[in-house]
Amino acid sequence: MNKVVALTGNEAAAEAMRQINPDVVAAYPITPQTELMHKFSDFVADAVVKTEMILVESEHSAMSACIGACAAGARVMTATSANGLAFMWEVVYIAASLRLPIVMTVVNRALSGPINIHCDHSDTMGCRDSGWIQLYGENPQEAYDNIIQAIRIAEHPDVRLPVMPTFDGFIISHTLERLEILSDEEVGKFIGAWKPVHPLLDIAHPVTYGPLDLQDYYFEHKKGQAEAMKRAKGVVLAVGKEYGALSGREYGFFEEYKTRDAEQIILCLGSASGTVKSVVDGLREKGRRTGVLKLRMFRPFPAEEILSAIGHAKSIAVLDRAEGFSGLGGPLFPEVRSALYGRSDAKVINYVYGLGGRDLSPEMILSVFDDLEEGRITDREAVHLGVRI
Amino acid sequence: MSVRNYLRPERLPTYWCPGCGDGLVITSMAEVFEELHCDEKNTVLVSGIGCAARAPGYFTLESVHGLHGRAVPIAEGIKIVRPELNVVIISGDGDLLGIGLNHLIHASRRDTDIKVICIDNQIYGMTGGQKSPTTALGVKTLTSPEGNTDRPVDCQALIKAHNSFYARATTFHLPLLKKAIRAAMEHRGFAMVDVRSQCPVNYGRRLGYRNAYEMLMHFKQHYKPVKGVVDRLAHDEIGITSENPKSQIQNPNSA
Ligand SMILES: Cc1ncc(C[n+]2csc(CCOP(=O)(O)OP(=O)(O)O)c2C)c(N)n1
Ligand SMILES: [Mg+2]
Repeated sequence: MNKVVALTGNEAAAEAMRQINPDVVAAYPITPQTELMHKFSDFVADAVVKTEMILVESEHSAMSACIGACAAGARVMTATSANGLAFMWEVVYIAASLRLPIVMTVVNRALSGPINIHCDHSDTMGCRDSGWIQLYGENPQEAYDNIIQAIRIAEHPDVRLPVMPTFDGFIISHTLERLEILSDEEVGKFIGAWKPVHPLLDIAHPVTYGPLDLQDYYFEHKKGQAEAMKRAKGVVLAVGKEYGALSGREYGFFEEYKTRDAEQIILCLGSASGTVKSVVDGLREKGRRTGVLKLRMFRPFPAEEILSAIGHAKSIAVLDRAEGFSGLGGPLFPEVRSALYGRSDAKVINYVYGLGGRDLSPEMILSVFDDLEEGRITDREAVHLGVRI
Repeated sequence: MSVRNYLRPERLPTYWCPGCGDGLVITSMAEVFEELHCDEKNTVLVSGIGCAARAPGYFTLESVHGLHGRAVPIAEGIKIVRPELNVVIISGDGDLLGIGLNHLIHASRRDTDIKVICIDNQIYGMTGGQKSPTTALGVKTLTSPEGNTDRPVDCQALIKAHNSFYARATTFHLPLLKKAIRAAMEHRGFAMVDVRSQCPVNYGRRLGYRNAYEMLMHFKQHYKPVKGVVDRLAHDEIGITSENPKSQIQNPNSA
């Protein structure tokens, strides 16, 4: 039974955490994630959750405490943004390699420097190779839905990997929107009781976490992690379907919006897709066959499925909200182009937009569709949208 | 150079909220800089991230606005390359005594010749009022709505553990604040000035203080200036502590 509420992205995420009722939350404040933890601190203080909340002295400590708590047998969550995530980086890898199903919401914010508090994806893109599953949300509804599904995905016996649901800082975290939430009972039943796997202090089955792993087994363990990441694809789909049956909102790897017969397609992540959809609607009225593929799951990367969804297009623009400093544009672009390589005739162009919270206007999106249709961009270099140099 | 020349009025109004103590600290610093002829040729400022850490931007001196918690190692890096410079850190309690605390202890242990001015408002001001490592027991903040249960960091104990220079002042006791900053600047070696300051918007307001004045009056009543130089300050005392001669430091590992 869905209940209609008005919440900001941060409030929606806190609400999902309240319903999940994790055993432990370790956190450190950083804009724009802070309100999420304020709200959750209130839930803890009001004893509406049974969570043990640890307010540590840094994000490095926050993720370390999450690792300890999860290894000790707790269901664990946290949240951060930008430099907080960067400061965790070392431990983020440890969480994945120890196969601990921690769920960490990241409210996307531009990574320093220069210091900036507004949205881009440079923070989570910095963790793209860390072994965490990444789910990007478009709005407060998806922020809420992704966090609840993240628990199921992370804890699935075929996966057992940490999951990072993300949504755009300020644009989503601080924007009040209508959304539908499930009842506490429904969420409780959907996520199920937490069953720790190989917890510490199970005296009958002693374990060691994180011992030295040299030429003998390191490689096998890394391959095991890579295989789990591949298996996560099936689990993400199954969980998305089951969630759809419960809530009426089914989730897959991406949302296909008017792409079936589209000749020009934009592929993007997060809140930008809302703006692109409205531009597509306008262009469709004028008979222009445009569409948008909103990617929800960036890790693992659904290459085959992207190929079948948009491989037929004449031209595709990949919108990156992060600069990759490779000389070739943003991090999303090479992966999409590789997915299509040799198997699609679509021309694929990269646009970098919105760094440090720079607005993405409908006019800019229109100019991208015009570029695509008229074949204006022949250069292999990325176009930086709305930059003054 | 007059005091005014140290500050950048063109950047007014400051980023800080009305009633914030940060402005009082930078004015005192500018006064000391003027007295000691610290200028843009011989003095650089370093900070981390936070409201206090915005201070260097209001000075005409050159500065590095670093990242959260790392003001101390950045300052040490500058000092190594340009040992003749006065390297002065100004940052907050969260920055220096929380996320970056280990650096402070090690710089004090190495007796690196840097000056640290910590504006301790007992809160993470910039991020909106979460409890910090110096928040007192029982105090309600956005992340301790039921009252803080963690004991505050004892900054003096950490610095004095290595017999380094430590002084404590408040934004009410301005002559003492100035004296402490001056003594720190004149000290050769690591020096820490721990300044109790008011954050009326993200701290005081939620605890029933109606304005900055009431918070300053609390400092006046609560903190007692000590006469001369003392060995250690009680928790409600302010003043300058003596540094013991470094040669007398016992090697704790020697038999
Ligand atoms: C790695 C990292 N984590 C978190 C933050 C967010 N953050 C910015 S300032 C701040 C707290 C500052 O508190 P304090 O040092 O006491 O300075 P004040 O604002 O109170 O003057 C925090 C947590 C950050 N910038 N970087
Ligand atoms: Mg502070």
